Amino acid sequence: MTDRPIRVLIAKPGLDGHDRGAKVLARALRDAGMEVIYTGLRQTPEQIVETGIQEDVDVIGLSILSGAHNHLFPRVMELLREKGAEDILVIGGGIIPEDDIPALKEAGIAEIFTPGTTTQAVIEYIKERAQQS
Amino acid sequence: MTLAEGILAGDQRALARLITMVENRPQEAISDLQALYPHTGKALVVGITGPPGAGKSTLVGRLAKKLRQLGKTVGIIAVDPTSPFTGGAILGDRIRMQELATDPGVFIRSMGTRGSLGGLAKATHNVIRILDAAGKDYIFVETVGVGQSEVDIVKTADTTLVVLVPGLGDDIQTIKAGILEIADIFVVNKADRQGADRVVAELEMMLDLSNREAAWRPPVYSTIATTNKGIDAVVEGIEGHIQHLRQNGQLEVRRRERYRTEIMAIVEEEIKARLLDLWSAGGLEQLLEKVAAREKDPFAAAREILQPITGNGKGGTP
Ligand SMILES: Nc1nc2c(ncn2[C@@H]2O[C@H](COP(=O)(O)OP(=O)(O)OP(=O)(O)O)[C@@H](O)[C@H]2O)c(=O)[nH]1
Ligand SMILES: [Mg+2]
Repeated sequence: MTDRPIRVLIAKPGLDGHDRGAKVLARALRDAGMEVIYTGLRQTPEQIVETGIQEDVDVIGLSILSGAHNHLFPRVMELLREKGAEDILVIGGGIIPEDDIPALKEAGIAEIFTPGTTTQAVIEYIKERAQQS
Repeated sequence: MTLAEGILAGDQRALARLITMVENRPQEAISDLQALYPHTGKALVVGITGPPGAGKSTLVGRLAKKLRQLGKTVGIIAVDPTSPFTGGAILGDRIRMQELATDPGVFIRSMGTRGSLGGLAKATHNVIRILDAAGKDYIFVETVGVGQSEVDIVKTADTTLVVLVPGLGDDIQTIKAGILEIADIFVVNKADRQGADRVVAELEMMLDLSNREAAWRPPVYSTIATTNKGIDAVVEGIEGHIQHLRQNGQLEVRRRERYRTEIMAIVEEEIKARLLDLWSAGGLEQLLEKVAAREKDPFAAAREILQPITGNGKGGTP
């Protein structure tokens, strides 16, 4: 993968006000050799999808703390499908109850990382999956 | 449908994908770039450079928004440094351009500097072409700093903005030689901070003293990008400079100079690649041996390598 860095969009949908976790992950991914497009706080699903397409990312990482994931995550998937961009791998992270995870995966989120997941685990997951495509 | 056809039909994904190809596997992008070429030449290219954190991205976002209000479409290429240790990068310029993300008349692409500076300049140049073919009226290229790499990238611009801020201290002295040459327009951003007037005055003085050709004296604007203050004037300044270039024929002269550079770079690259190909079967190593043993000098060795194209002597393959 030396000639082709994996490109990842780290986005924070929803209204919650801090992005420490997202920034830590962004830096870890960079240190693992990836190009991380970082867009800051309070993204709408529309902004996230347009950004993912324009930046031609391999992966979109959604981080959320506000509890609006059940609405926002599937909305992102829906928009990606509308744009014919459902091949982009979408993963989610943040405070997400176990009970919500099956429905989110059903909606097309490839994996959900709950608090306590190491950044190393996320890196390995992305490397494995992004190389397949 | 080819990527080029998709781009001409307005497909954003095709556009994004060809840019990726230009970055990752430039050889494979050639036929699409060729197909797009007849559709290029209409966009105006604006380079933006300046020290880290000067407000370049915020400014580009504001300028783009203003141009959209004037009915123009905009492409933005935002270049951030790649970590030389890991090859990774955090590309964060879009944070300041959020509200443009869903505007169909704006296409933003972030790029890492990656490996070679020459490679970056070439990739940037081709990405500009792609956005041009996609019908963008204005294309902004943001790069950080004012080093040689930026100068190279900026050379592909029709108009170059150098962004400065108060509080750079002596830095303005050390960078002034470089910026004098590349700036068509100066912007002193963060005018809400103390010392902005002094930076403007210093720049004006520097311009007074410079013996640079008087046909165009770079205007100096002060802005507060965060509150949109002074943005309209900068847009007018950009248009004014383009107008000036058009009127005295310089726009065409500058562009022609770029075609020359571009073509010669391709020729150079091809020649090098082909010769190295011809000599790859060990012939080069043998030549090196002879040079090392003082049986041949480097000039003679180089001439021998060039023989297949210069046709001197025996010619043909080595
Ligand atoms: N006070 C003040 N802050 C500003 C102004 N313009 C931008 N900023 C702030 O300066 C910081 C950097 O702005 P950016 O637009 O990211 O600067 P940049 O030059 O693109 O930065 P790099 O791409 O990292 O080199 C942000 O926090 C902006 O909000 C301004 O006119 N006044
Ligand atoms: Mg920036």
